[in-house]
Amino acid sequence: MKNILKTVYTLLLGFLPLAVLAQIDGEFVKPRSGKFLLQNATVVTITKGTLTNTSVLVENGKITQVGANLSAGDAEVIDCTGMFVYPGMIDSGTRLGMVEVSSVPETVDYAEIGNVTPNMQALTTINPNAEAIGVTRVSGVTTVLAVPTGGLFPGTAALINLNGYTPDQMYGGFKAVVMSFPNSGRRGRFDRRSEDDIKKDAEKAMKEANDIWENAKSYLELKNSGATLQYYPEMEHLSKAISKELPLLIQVDAASDIQNAIKWVEDKDIRVIFSGVAEGWRVADEIAKAGIPVITGPVQDLPTRQSDRYDAAYANAGKMAKAGVKVALRTDDDDNVRNLPFHAAFAAAYGLGKEEAWKAVTINPAEIMGIADQYGSVEVGKRANLIVSTGDPFETRTQIMHVFIDGYRIPLSNRHIRLYLEFLERSPGLKAN
Amino acid sequence: MKKLTYILAALLGLGLNSQAQTPKGSILIKNATVLTITQGNQENTDVLVQDGIIKQIGKNLSAPSGVSTIDATGKYLMPGIIDAHSHVALDVVNEASAPITSEVRMKDVVNPFEIGIYRALAGGVTISHAMHGSANVVGGQNATLKHRWGAKDPAEIIMQDAPRTIKFALGENPTRVHGRGNGIQPRTRMGVEAVLRNGFNEAIQYKKAWETYNAAKSQKGNTTPPPAYSERLQTLADILDGKIIIHCHSYRADEIYMLINVARDFGIKKLVFQHTNEGFKVAPEIAEYTMGASVFADWWSYKFEVYYSTAFNAAILQRNGALTSINSDSAELIRHLYHEAAKTQRYGGLTDDEALAMITINPAKQLGIDDKVGSIEVGKQADLVVFEGHPLSSYAIPQMTFVDGVKYFDIKEDKDDQRQLIAATEMVEPIFLRADEEAHRCMQDVDAYFEAFQGAFLLEEEHHH
Repeated sequence: MKNILKTVYTLLLGFLPLAVLAQIDGEFVKPRSGKFLLQNATVVTITKGTLTNTSVLVENGKITQVGANLSAGDAEVIDCTGMFVYPGMIDSGTRLGMVEVSSVPETVDYAEIGNVTPNMQALTTINPNAEAIGVTRVSGVTTVLAVPTGGLFPGTAALINLNGYTPDQMYGGFKAVVMSFPNSGRRGRFDRRSEDDIKKDAEKAMKEANDIWENAKSYLELKNSGATLQYYPEMEHLSKAISKELPLLIQVDAASDIQNAIKWVEDKDIRVIFSGVAEGWRVADEIAKAGIPVITGPVQDLPTRQSDRYDAAYANAGKMAKAGVKVALRTDDDDNVRNLPFHAAFAAAYGLGKEEAWKAVTINPAEIMGIADQYGSVEVGKRANLIVSTGDPFETRTQIMHVFIDGYRIPLSNRHIRLYLEFLERSPGLKAN
Repeated sequence: MKKLTYILAALLGLGLNSQAQTPKGSILIKNATVLTITQGNQENTDVLVQDGIIKQIGKNLSAPSGVSTIDATGKYLMPGIIDAHSHVALDVVNEASAPITSEVRMKDVVNPFEIGIYRALAGGVTISHAMHGSANVVGGQNATLKHRWGAKDPAEIIMQDAPRTIKFALGENPTRVHGRGNGIQPRTRMGVEAVLRNGFNEAIQYKKAWETYNAAKSQKGNTTPPPAYSERLQTLADILDGKIIIHCHSYRADEIYMLINVARDFGIKKLVFQHTNEGFKVAPEIAEYTMGASVFADWWSYKFEVYYSTAFNAAILQRNGALTSINSDSAELIRHLYHEAAKTQRYGGLTDDEALAMITINPAKQLGIDDKVGSIEVGKQADLVVFEGHPLSSYAIPQMTFVDGVKYFDIKEDKDDQRQLIAATEMVEPIFLRADEEAHRCMQDVDAYFEAFQGAFLLEEEHHH
């Protein structure tokens, strides 16, 4: 009897792990690395033309070969006949991963309190498991700039790839100190300040910006001369823009503010990128002359002024590019960064042209951020951020078939897709109660 | 002389009538690819419009004398796009003073001068459903607008032959405004149901009181005084009598299912769900018991009750047989609804016909105007859009937009400066750099209720739909 019990207990214990596993139904597909051969595609390299019947070999996170008749060797072959390979798209201004539900303050982590907080790190607040990341990357957007907002110097933006389990794994090798350039205009219909007050406020804000900048300069000079400095993280981080360790990403939109910003940076030996630039088209020649690269968007946006042409925002990128400005695009979004290709399409249709629009979401941001050796085109040696599609990814009817980020094959799944699979044919369906 | 005075008075009377004569145009559009929506696509086809009505669709039509011709070779012609959820051209949106405000009418706050009308036309939208906001369980009565840009009389842009509709709202917005903001029912989704059932039962009693009074009135020696008139209850009674279509702001499946049950209990059949982000979960019920859902193409996670949404919502609803439309609820999105509809091809692989129906005939059905607009058919009102490129292409550009055969938008005549009146004193024009504030007005006029919760975030990008 005792023996029988023993046997039963042993059997039960033996089954225990199975009993636990019984709660798990179905397989979870994870991103996985490996050696992949994207075989026989039309490869839109962006920088080196469009190559038909071409294959791309992905190894150790990099693109190692691009050409016809590549031998697969031990690579996993993905037949891309009839399909297109593009570089992953880069959204150069988002809050992706910094917020989960935008109306729930507890989940909003992109705007810290304070006017001068350049030490706030976007990379710190990136939630690698934010639902929107999975939703975004299946659209072919593989890389985004996460930008904090808030005060005059709200923080430090960081480029992230949309794969990885820690912010450091996601980090894409570019940071910038963010500045919200003082706004000299009226902010909207609820802004009831008098014109005098608007002017005074703008002057005050500009003076404050200058004072802070001078402080940071002094800080850097003292530091460089070997002085013992008190802990001053704001100045420590701001001075990185002055020493050119990091560029200054200046958020500026209204035409007069853009002009002021051009003047403001004129005598400063710093790396500057303008972002937003909603009214860039009004002063495009001046931006081009100053040689300042621009990240603009959203493209699908209202004109900034009631009196503007309806397509002012659609046409903005094209007008700036025509004037000679190097233009990258952003959605300035958090949950619908997946729409970047559609913003690009609108910019293309309203004057930028398809080729330039593609550059504005690939090689241009890579060049503006100084990372073109790794990003922005399908070229040997670059990071394997790639998408495979049935057609032009800017078109809604096109399906994205494969996404690779840092050489990882990304599962084409997310909550939106899982809900679709569950509810398309619900069971039970309609049942009388 | 007296006679003349009478005639003049009669004429003046006509002029004052709100059923003002609206402009009607005649035009022959030649050689377009005509996307009729209801009768397939017709290549190299002409459409003749006379006095605002589509008179003929065919090949080699010739223009009657006095009717001008437009060559649309290589272009697409589709019916005017209809937005079943908009707040464009409204001065105010929410009367957030009580959980039921059915007496309020949006037609009293229509602003025909709002530039949003023109911008919608530039996106091919000829009709918008100008809705009350979502602060109340039962909001105000909406207005269906025809985008006759340039009209000065609000009545002229109201589609007078459209049936009455009313805004309802479930979930977070009414519970936040009234429960959390004012400390009255509803604070929960249970309370929302109670407000609805109490309201309809009160309306039934109100109806009975009037029926009793009207019956007694004809009796000899009757001294029964009439019941107090209530526009609020009369409107609810009109809903029960099937005279008004409910358009209900809703997100979660449970609240959608609740309203379906309430509607069934009260015999209400004219019910359309708006937003309906979790409509996909109760798609069979929506298909069976309602006039369907009007949804966003891809908006989600801007508030908690839309966190579990999917961009495949429209496709799931469509495949389950629910009448489905794509709306904007935004002064920005309204300008590219053709593109929003096209997203149903990315998310669920809908056909061109299905996608286009979602911004034309389907919303027309949900607004009760499908006998007049929503497709290119002989006899229908000539609301038309000429597109360069197929309207479902991301590169499509609307070229011309007609309402009742009158051209209100032409990309070639578009002006760089849209100001109708340039004031010399206007030095600093408002620059709306935060478009959301302008674009999304579902919860306009109730911001005060949120300051306690969101103070610091009000200036940030926010959606309050």
